[in-house]
Formats: sequence, structure tokens, C-alpha cells
Amino acid sequence: MLLSRILINDKGGKIFLLILLLVTVLIPFLNLTLTADNPFYVSTYTVTILGKYLTYALLAIAVDLVWGYLGILSLGHGAFFALGGYVMGMYLMRQIGDRGVYGDPVLPDFMVFLDWKELPWFWNGFDQLWFAVIMVMLIPGALAFIFGWFAFRSRVTGVYLSIMTQAMVYALMLSFFRNELGFGGNNGLTDFKDILGFSLQLESTRIGLFIASSVALAGGYLASRAITNSRLGRVAVAIRDAEDRVRFIGYRVEYVKLFIFTFSAILAGIAGALYVPQVGIINPGEFSPITSIEIVIWVAIGGRYTLYGGVIGALLVNYSKTVLTSAMPEIWLFALGGLFIAVTMFLPKGIAGLLSTRGTKR
Amino acid sequence: MAPFSYINKIMKSKNFLSWQRCASLFSLFFLIVGVFSPLQSFAKEENFQDLLNQLSTKDFSEKFNIVEEIVQKNNPETKFILNALLEGKIYSIKSTKKVVFTVKENKKFTTTGLVNNEPLGVFTKSEVTKVRINNKIRKKIKTSLALLDLTHPDESIRLDAVKSTYKSISKEVVNTMQLLLKTEESEVVRNSMFVVISVYNLHSDNPSERIKAIENLKGNLEPIVKVQLKKLVDNDLNEGVRLKAQKALEIIDSRIDINKTFETLFFGISFGSVLILAAIGLAITFGVMGVINMAHGELIMLGAYTTYVVQLLMPNHIGLSIFVAIPVAFLVSALVGIIIERGIIRLLHGRVLETLLATFGVSLVLQQIVRTIFSPLNRAVKTPEWMSGALEVNGILSLTYSRMYIIAFCLIVFFILVLVLKKTSLGLQVRAVSQDRNMARAMGVRSNWVDAMTFGLGSGIAGIAGVALSQLTNVGPNLGQAYIIDSFMVVVFGGVGNLWGTLISGLSLGIINKFMEPWFGAVLAKVFILVFIILFIQKRPRGLFPQKGRSAEVN
Repeated sequence: MLLSRILINDKGGKIFLLILLLVTVLIPFLNLTLTADNPFYVSTYTVTILGKYLTYALLAIAVDLVWGYLGILSLGHGAFFALGGYVMGMYLMRQIGDRGVYGDPVLPDFMVFLDWKELPWFWNGFDQLWFAVIMVMLIPGALAFIFGWFAFRSRVTGVYLSIMTQAMVYALMLSFFRNELGFGGNNGLTDFKDILGFSLQLESTRIGLFIASSVALAGGYLASRAITNSRLGRVAVAIRDAEDRVRFIGYRVEYVKLFIFTFSAILAGIAGALYVPQVGIINPGEFSPITSIEIVIWVAIGGRYTLYGGVIGALLVNYSKTVLTSAMPEIWLFALGGLFIAVTMFLPKGIAGLLSTRGTKR
Repeated sequence: MAPFSYINKIMKSKNFLSWQRCASLFSLFFLIVGVFSPLQSFAKEENFQDLLNQLSTKDFSEKFNIVEEIVQKNNPETKFILNALLEGKIYSIKSTKKVVFTVKENKKFTTTGLVNNEPLGVFTKSEVTKVRINNKIRKKIKTSLALLDLTHPDESIRLDAVKSTYKSISKEVVNTMQLLLKTEESEVVRNSMFVVISVYNLHSDNPSERIKAIENLKGNLEPIVKVQLKKLVDNDLNEGVRLKAQKALEIIDSRIDINKTFETLFFGISFGSVLILAAIGLAITFGVMGVINMAHGELIMLGAYTTYVVQLLMPNHIGLSIFVAIPVAFLVSALVGIIIERGIIRLLHGRVLETLLATFGVSLVLQQIVRTIFSPLNRAVKTPEWMSGALEVNGILSLTYSRMYIIAFCLIVFFILVLVLKKTSLGLQVRAVSQDRNMARAMGVRSNWVDAMTFGLGSGIAGIAGVALSQLTNVGPNLGQAYIIDSFMVVVFGGVGNLWGTLISGLSLGIINKFMEPWFGAVLAKVFILVFIILFIQKRPRGLFPQKGRSAEVN
């Protein structure tokens, strides 16, 4: 009932969720029941890669929400993704316990290496998953709220806002590279052992994480769609198209922006938190401005203002990245750069725009 | 030695100047004698070789005396012989007992005469013995060499010679200086000698002498002065002297602080100049066309690689290559810029965020092209000789020439740019388009052409910035990335479309950065600057010097 109300007039979304459901059921089934010599067998490695792509897809939805529906080109969404990842990483680090190289029961390896005597205060509580899960949403959300509070109230818009988001992610990267900050510096957090007592190396844990990513993606999509269908969502689109007119009519533009921006950051944080246990490492490279701008290109390629377009873009770009970087690493940057140019010039509505038969406005 | 033994006692009791022990009388006059040394006769040459031959003795104190005698004779060869002794290149031939200069190569000992340079044949290891020296003799030789240089006709060598005695000021050094002070013509050298004498007098056994010396050294920034004054403050028995020394030390410390501040300021201005060079091209394209060119950093990189290629093409004229590289880099980057503008930006007119993405794509492609052609490794760009070295203002403060040239270069580029925008017809059209595109077009300005020229100009300046940066940092495919965010910050902070704003914001960001570095470290300083700008933009969304307008969207 609720589902059909959210997905009203959203043919693309229905198809997307159907495919997602199918994949989520089929992939673990193929992985668990078939043997390795069967042509339809899906290796655990592939499951993990797919799980990683799903978290990217969730991240792309978060970016599409602010870019496609609110007109904010965020070049810093990688920051929220990475922060969520770091929070999850902290939980996983605490789970290692005394199984680290140095065998310290409380301190993670890098702290022992840096000759720290006790856990910094902000590492407290991360031995509990429930606490970490709250923080996964709270910390990226809080950063987005504070950043947005300042930016939207003083009406920083357009390219200025984009540059500011880039400066934010750049500043975070520089900070996280420092050992003194207490997040493992250059190497980041890695060597994770298990989550909730399940070893991360186990097939079943990997499948569990894959399903969790898929559920999060579906949930994120539905929540985002619910927002865009609401009155709030319509005001957001109005802001995107003519911010000053909306303000003159009497809407509090900055509150609308702040809400959606913060919500999007939380989505990105969740995506990051699911990404880290699957790839097994989080380091400051995730904060690099290029990573953030790459997310934008996923959305641009997939087609913004559709939500599911971002998903298509994220899957497509990352699949080609996986293939190209291993086959012809030289070509990858040419391909990515070419994509940036070609999509913005010749495919402003992205792939989703090509697919959809009904013409969307902008 | 005897006449000074009482000094030595005092010195030793204060744990001071142990090298005084080897002070001796002889060199009081040797230099003066040496300058006017008469022509050498054949007989004299023979005598000198005989004297040298005595170096084959095993007794070090005897050797010491012979060295002294060699110094006193001050023959033209003396310096060469002393240096060779220090380097262990003097051997004696066992069969003839002759002491000779020897080059050791592949276990062969090629010998030449010390006095007349005649080749004396090749020997094996068993046929020669090295003339060994001990630390005492080594020290003696070093001091003597320095003193020999004190009468060199070249002023800078004389100055270096005086400064080289700082480490081992002895009675003989001071006496020589006092004599030379009367004939020395250069004031700089005289002052430097005066420092040596005063530092020596700091340890006179007469307190009033010591106070006088302290007065003389007040405010002197040579490190040796500070060290010796500190010793006086800690150890001197006379309280008056201690107080005086303390005061002098405080004056020196405050002067050092001033100099350090000045140095930081200099670093800040030079860093600011780099920022301005990198950002000013962006300021033009952003200001006039309202588009963000994310490939700007790569245009800088192209300029740096152009410098590298120019140097490859003219390997024998590195000093000249920079002057060739500047116009070439301008043309290369301007050309690429115009291609970007004609091929991409023009077609995305009015869609600013898309332009940002497309030019980012261009930046990736340019990076990969450079990586494919030149390899991903850094390339070595040579610094011409006239740019290396430093201007030494005083004992602590030295300003490197390369930084000074960067500052000057930045200012020249800036003012040329201001002139172009103010005085040429292109500049007039550029300003017209940036103020009101439609009105400018109505007045007959070809805005398309102006856009292309503006973009070419901004990109060309980026290329020039690349030439400058090639002298400062590593030239690699990632060069541009490192500067693009900084450039944006400078432009946004200064206010878009305002060259003076860019100048001021670049300088102030550079200076603030360098002043914060000692406290927070380079990385954290940069983070603080970024946070500061993010907050600043909230307060003044259009930068320090916003363009005036009446649109509702301009706040």
C-alpha cells in the first residue's frame, strides 16, 4: 500500500526495484547452491564486488537527490561516504581486539605503533555496533548540517558552493592523512577480522553484507523517492529551477536545502559504512577530490533527476573501471575523461534519459 | 708559546678555547713578509725542497715545526702544499727521501715535484710512504690557510677567510687581523675582522676590556657572537660583565626575532606570488566568462613540461632556456585553452556546472596524455645558474634568489596583465563583456571572439605560471592537481573578476600560511586556511572585493 503510493508514476523505479530484488535473491542462491565448475556459478569474489557496486549505487542516489532535485552540485559527497566508512572502520578495528600484530587488547595496531598509551576519547563506544550505526548516520549528517547551515543561510550557490564542497573534502583529506588525528594516518584502518562475531572472510558473511547493501539501496531509493514525491520534493525542484522566486513567494529555502542535503549525507554515510567491511580497508584516499567528482559523473552518465539513473551510472562506470584498469590501465583516465566530456555535451539527460520514453522536464 | 701560557691558564680555568694551546708567536709578521716576498732564486728553490724533504720524519712535533716554516716562507706553492697535506696527497719516495705530490690511481702512485711540477715517475705502494699528519698539525694548517687568504686580492675571498676563522679564533689570528685592519679597504671585511677581535677580547682577563668587547658586539647577528655571549652570561666571574652580556644577548635575540619574522614574511610573499601566478589566469576566465575551468591546473602543468622540452632542445643554454620557455609556454597553453574553449565550453554556454564537469574530463585526458608521452615519473627541470644562490643580508637572514625572481616575475606578469586589460582594445572589450554581455554585443563587440581570446589569455598565463613552478616543484603529471584547489581559493577569496582582489588575496593567503606553519605544521596550516575560507565565504559570498551589480541574485 505504502509502497505503491511511493512508486506511483515511477515506472523506472518499479523496474529497478524488481531487478534489484531478483539479483538479491538470485546471486546468493547461485553462489551457495552451485559448484565452481557450473557456468552459472557466481564466485564469492563477484558477490563482494557486486556488493561494493551496490554501495556505490546508494551513494549515487544520495548525490542525485541533491544535484538532480535540488540543483546543488556537491563535489564533496565522498567526504560523507568516507566518514561513514571511517566510523564503521573504527567499529571493525575495535572488534579485532588482541588479535592484532601487537596483540594489545584495546589499542588498534597503528596506535601501538605510534606509541600511544590509551585510546583517544573519540574512540570510546565503538566496540558496540549499535553505537557505531548511530554514529554512521550522525557524523556525516552533522557535518552536512553544519556545512549547510552556514552555506545555505548566507545563500552561497552555484559554482561557489561546488568549490566550497570541494575545499571541504580536500581539507578533510589533508587532516586524515595526519597520524595525529588518530585514524591511522596514511594507511587508514584495515586488517579487519570480523563483524558481530562473524568472520569477514566467511562466504556467508559476504553474502550477508551483499544482502544488507541491497536492502540499504532499496530503502534509500524508496526514502528518496518518498521525499521527491512529497510537497517538500516539489519545493526542492522549484528551488533548483528558480531559487529566488521560491524565496520571494515565502518559502524558507535554506531549511528545505538543509533537510535534503543532510538526508543525502546520511545516505552517503550508510553507503560508506557498508562499503568498508566489503573492501576491507578505508584510507584518506577516499576523501580525495577526484573520488568525489567521480561520483558526480556516475550520476551524470546514468541521468540525474531520476534517482535510478544514478544507480545505472554507478554500476556501469565502476564495472568498466574494474575491467579497464586491469586490462588497460593506460586507457582508464582517457575513458573517464572522455566520458565526462561526451556525457555533458551530448547526453545531458544521461542513459536514463535515453531509455525513458516519456519526456521529463529538464 | 711561553708568553701566552698565563692566558692559557685563565682560558682553561674557564673551560674556554682549548685551541689556544697551540697559539704561537711566529705568524705575527709572516703575512706582511709574505706579500712582499722577494723573487725566488734557484738556490732558494733547492732550499725549499730540502725543507719539504724533512717532512718525511716520523716525529710529529718536528713536522709541526716544518709546517710552520713552510707557512712562514709563503712561497707561491705554499697553499697548494698545505692543501695537499690536508688531503693526504703528499708522499715521500723511499729511495731518494724526496717529498713529492702524488696521485694515487689503481695502486699506482704517480708523483710530481712540489716546487717545479716536473714528473718524477710512477711508483708502487712499497716504494713510497705517506706523510701523515695529526690533528694538531691539521688545525694549524687550516688556520694558516685561512690567514693566507686574508690578503687575497678578491674581496669576497677575504671575507670568507675572515669568516672561516670564527671557529678557531686564536691570538695569532687576532694579531694578524689587527695588523690587516689598517690596510684593509673593504668596510665589510673590516667589520668582520672587528667581530673576530671583539670575540677574542670577550675573554680578556680585564673586565673593562670584556665590557668594551660586549659593547662592540651589541646587536651583531653572527651565531658565534651569540654562543660566546651566552658563555659569558653563564660563566663570567664579574657580575657587571654578566649583566652587560645578558643585555647584549637580549638585544641580539630581539634582532633575531625581527629577522625571523622578516624571513617568514619573505617566504609568505614568495608563496603568495606562486599562488597569484597560478590563480590569476583562472581569475580572468572565471571573472569574464563565469565558467570554471577545472583543467586550469593542467594548463599550468603543460607550461612546466614546455620548460622541460625547451631545456631538452637547448641543453647548452640552460640560463637562456627560461626566457625561451616563457613565450613558448604561453603559446602552448593558450592554444590548448582556445581549443578547449572553442571545442567544449562554447557549446555548453550558460550551463556552468556542466562546464565544470566537462573541463574536469579535459583535465583527466591532459594528465593521461602527459603520462603517456613523458612517463608518470617526475621530470628534472634544471635551474639556471643565475637563479641559484642566496643574498646574505646578515648572519641569519639570507634570501634565495629563486624566490626573489618569482616575486618579481609575478609582479611583472600581474602588471602586464593589468595594462593589457586597461589599455588595449582587447582589454576594453573583455571588460565590457564581463560587465554586461548582451549590452556589449549590442554595441558591436564580438563576444565569441572575446571569449576565445580571454580564455587564451588566461590559459597562456597559466602556462607562464608553469614555467615558474617548474623551478620550484617537481614537474610531474599531478603538478596541476596540487595547485587547482589553491587557485580556486585565491580567486574566490579575492572576489571573482577582480585582478587586484586576486593579488591581495594571494599575498595574504601566502603570508598567513607561512606564519601559521611554525605553529601547526604545513598540513594543518593548509587545513586551517581552507576552513577559514569556507567560513569567510559564508560571511561574504562574493569574496573580499565583489563586483558591483544590481541583480537580485547578487547579495
